[in-house]
Amino acid sequence: MFDKLFSPESVQQALDVLKTEIPFGIWETVYVTVLATVLATVIGLPLGVLLVSGDENGVRPLPKPLMHIINIVINLLRSIPFLILMIMAFPLSRLIIGTSVGTVASIVPLVVAAFPFVARLVEGSLREVNPDIIEAAQSMGATPFQIVWKVMLPESVPSLISNFTVAITTVLGYSAMSGIIGGGGLGMIAINYGYYRYKYLTMVVAVLFLILIVQIFQTVGTRLTVKSDKRLR
Amino acid sequence: MIEIKHLYKTFPSADGDVEALKDITLTIEDGDIFGIIGMSGAGKSTLVRCINMLERPTSGQVIIDGKDLGAMSEKELRAERRNITMIFQHFNLLQQRTCLKNVCFPMELSGVKPQEAKQRAMELLALVGLPDKANAYPSQLSGGQQQRVAIARALATDPKVLLCDEATSALDPNTTHAILELIRDINQKLGITVVIITHQMSVVEEICQHVAILDGGEVAEMGAVGTVFSSPKSSAAKRLVFPTGADELVSDPTVEQRVRVVFNGADAAGKPLIATMAQDKGILVSILAASTRGIEGKAYGSMLLAVPGGKEQVRQVIDYLQSVPGVLAEEV
Repeated sequence: MFDKLFSPESVQQALDVLKTEIPFGIWETVYVTVLATVLATVIGLPLGVLLVSGDENGVRPLPKPLMHIINIVINLLRSIPFLILMIMAFPLSRLIIGTSVGTVASIVPLVVAAFPFVARLVEGSLREVNPDIIEAAQSMGATPFQIVWKVMLPESVPSLISNFTVAITTVLGYSAMSGIIGGGGLGMIAINYGYYRYKYLTMVVAVLFLILIVQIFQTVGTRLTVKSDKRLR
Repeated sequence: MIEIKHLYKTFPSADGDVEALKDITLTIEDGDIFGIIGMSGAGKSTLVRCINMLERPTSGQVIIDGKDLGAMSEKELRAERRNITMIFQHFNLLQQRTCLKNVCFPMELSGVKPQEAKQRAMELLALVGLPDKANAYPSQLSGGQQQRVAIARALATDPKVLLCDEATSALDPNTTHAILELIRDINQKLGITVVIITHQMSVVEEICQHVAILDGGEVAEMGAVGTVFSSPKSSAAKRLVFPTGADELVSDPTVEQRVRVVFNGADAAGKPLIATMAQDKGILVSILAASTRGIEGKAYGSMLLAVPGGKEQVRQVIDYLQSVPGVLAEEV
């Protein structure tokens, strides 16, 4: 498979793709990933807050059956392989976007796959908040909403940023698969221009750019996490 | 005035219910510094949390200035909690906020305008001796400094009662002393009633006027600190005052009189007070119990003496000891 990797012909093809397809591929990957993660956070963050505050020992316990259903739905969505989820999300994509194929349509299954994941990450971050600090806020007469808004969320900002980074890199990985349903981006280039046409160098080049983007996301995420944490001074 | 009436708290557990508090009845007067002392597991922390209803009592009442807290709705209770603030063993400051913002926090909750809150927070930081730490984060401060910020925060809503839950247990003796001084200062200047939960005898001796000894979820003994600590009646109190089990073994209270000596910052360090008394007055006393320590060259703590030879001798001992600045002596 890799014996003719650096033949002059394949190098030329890779360079062509690099010039013509890769720049737009990078843009599509980044915008799909960022948009999908942001939308997943818009749904997942409140859901994560609900999971913690509505818990039996939370600041605003909700009926147990309700919490049970929420947990089951989240686990269910998280169990479905992304490849299958993409197909199952067709009707939803058609309903929201009007079509089930293409780059924009690929955002729908990405959000559906990512928001339960984000909810679990947010849950983890919020559970790390020292319960004694929450008790202190209660002793000052804070309402459940004030505890969430002014204590739990601000106290877990470094952890939330760190987990947001995990979410965005995971979504980036998923988005590479969406080439299958006509979604654009580096993943699509690696499969369609590289793998399917036996142009492995092109595939490797596209993957290298994916690696680079993950590195950048992770580096920025780690820096922001450290910078935001006032405990580390 | 805080009145606790027949308070019970039961926690359900897998092996049956656990009675954490049993029939607690006590009254804390306005302006008092009231100690609640007991070993770990005696129910101290549960009791203090019942006072501000962080834990709802299973039965019984907590009445503060005539208002029954147990009968209040959550909303009324939240408003009332601005009058009953709390400090903690581990300070529990918001780690991601500056000291100034921490002190502003309770005012933020109650809707004080940011500008006013900031101004008051600065005043409070000055009161606790940390005006220069306004923009520092808690992690940049020592334990004692963090507890000062926590005290400033607790004072932000102008409370009538300050609950201290093991507030000095994580601090070294010098810092403990400084924090207790600050609490006493606040009690005197602002007239705030202070309830101190602790397992340390020294804390109660240094600052409290009244004490309740909690043992197995019950009040074993209660009263003025001097009385309770000098003539402990319950076994729990005796365990605290005579950790090694001296007491009756050493001295028969029907034959000898007892004098309790309290060192409250006396310049007695390095001066053999009891030996000097024996030399000067020829009175030979025995020491039944002593727990004293030197902080910054001054003596703190207490001693229980057995004095033979009747009332006259006791009076001489008291007069002699009282003549030393910072030493209090009383017959018990």
